[in-house]
Amino acid sequence: MKYWNQQIETISRDQLESLQSERLSKTVAHAWEHCAPYRVKMEKAGLQPGNIQGINDLTKLPLTLKDDLRDSYPYGMFAVPMSHVVRIHATSGTTGKQTVVGYTKGDLDVWNECMARCLTMAGATAADIVHVSYGFALFTGGLGGQGGGETIGAATIPAATGNTKRQLQMFTDFGSTVLLCTPSYAMYLGDAVREAGIKDQLKLRIGVLGAEAWTEQMRGEIEERLGIRCYDIFGTAELMGPGVSCECAERNGLHVMEDHFIVEILDPETKKPLPDGQPGELVFSCITKEALPLIRYNTRDICTIDRKPCTCGRNFTRMGKITGRTDDMLIIRGVNVFPSQVESVLLGIPGAAPHYLLVVDRVSNLDTLEVQAEINADFPFDEVRRVEELERRISAELLSVLGVSAKVTLKPPGSVERFELKAKRVLDKRKGTN
Amino acid sequence: MFIDQISVFVENKQGALKDILKILADGKIDLRAISIADTSDFGILRMIVPNPDGALELFRSKGVTASKTQVTGCKLSDTPGSLYHVLNTLHDAGISVEYVYAFITRKDEDAYVILRVEDNDAAQKTLLAAGHSLIDPHDLYGI
Ligand SMILES: [Zn+2]
Repeated sequence: MKYWNQQIETISRDQLESLQSERLSKTVAHAWEHCAPYRVKMEKAGLQPGNIQGINDLTKLPLTLKDDLRDSYPYGMFAVPMSHVVRIHATSGTTGKQTVVGYTKGDLDVWNECMARCLTMAGATAADIVHVSYGFALFTGGLGGQGGGETIGAATIPAATGNTKRQLQMFTDFGSTVLLCTPSYAMYLGDAVREAGIKDQLKLRIGVLGAEAWTEQMRGEIEERLGIRCYDIFGTAELMGPGVSCECAERNGLHVMEDHFIVEILDPETKKPLPDGQPGELVFSCITKEALPLIRYNTRDICTIDRKPCTCGRNFTRMGKITGRTDDMLIIRGVNVFPSQVESVLLGIPGAAPHYLLVVDRVSNLDTLEVQAEINADFPFDEVRRVEELERRISAELLSVLGVSAKVTLKPPGSVERFELKAKRVLDKRKGTN
Repeated sequence: MFIDQISVFVENKQGALKDILKILADGKIDLRAISIADTSDFGILRMIVPNPDGALELFRSKGVTASKTQVTGCKLSDTPGSLYHVLNTLHDAGISVEYVYAFITRKDEDAYVILRVEDNDAAQKTLLAAGHSLIDPHDLYGI
């Protein structure tokens, strides 16, 4: 089966835009009526719901930021009474308060529908055994994946994360065919499968991986270790959870579920829309959400979009891979540096392993960047000369890719901390020195 | 007549070397010879032990990556300049030495030297032809 919902997934752009216009004005009116922070923001911008007739009026609306959610912690931006809320999720930010999100029964139905489309796009069917190795609990990945697997009628295992031995046992004994988890956890499980020498006992065929940025090289490594074909899925808790967009079989971008979300790319400085293909901040408007109808929510992810129709038959806009976050973006000696760039350099050099930590400091008013990376266990590290050559090679490639020089420190295999959920790759010692 | 040497890549951080040596001590592994190469960033601990494969397995079980390298051992005669003669013999034959370390045994107070070269066969032939004697690994492991 190619589509979960063929009628909507292959809708023409014209029909889609009129549907988006109708849903946007309805959502704006709903938010104005029931969500005080929106009303205040719109009034400040001199707007009434009547000013928003359709998608051409979208850019008049103020942006919503993660801080707006934090400031209204926990339920201040919910636009329905709590008696209509049936699910709560939360994301723990690295700083300060959690962000709390709520769902009505209708919101969960939309989420399941979107996840079902994503899994179908990746080739999963009711005959599959879906293994969900995201964190459950407050993180949206676990229950989002569970809901999607069940919606397409697949036997869905809430495997969660941790206990690697049991994960592998479920792979072999339960016959998992579709894996849902973060790319770094897939890599970790792939390493464990290699270590245990059980690749030929696996029935896995598809990976639908998301919740963090990853590279094409990493995709190749995961596919090789687990014998699967991997698809990138995107979503954040603030908008819904995984399922906002996903790659189809063509793997030439992630189709955004545009009947539920309007996507824009804005210039990070001016906040003006950028032409298709130019990288900028990824902004979404939820146009069917009831509990938390975020309008023009700035994810601060850096991305590009392509509105051209896809050969898979879908007309939904495709997002490129997320290349970084304006939050994660480090400014080192005036140059923008993303941890994902470092990862792609390390993956491209045999001898280096893609487990790394960026240590940023300021010495005598000059920013310094140190990249701590693991040496590969099979690298001939017995000779100082070879290790130093490897360090120099990594340094040279980092300089050419990042545009800033970095000191490379190689670490023993297995010594850089591993993360099951979102990886922490940066230690910025400059904080507080400004 | 290769000698199996075990190498461990060590972080240049306080206590890292001690932690590796503790694994050897707890595993009751005798060190026949040891050498440490260090730079400002990292260190390489090289050692000769009676049971190299056992030591590799011990390290693996403790999550420490270790590797095995084949090296050449040469006996030094008890005369001044003997190490120079060994190195000069190799140099004249165009064989470059990656690293070298010497140690003394309890048994007969001989001095031994471990040589890491690209081509062990060529180095050993050259040394024997020049009248040097090589170390039999079994003698070394059994010291
Ligand atoms: Zn497509």
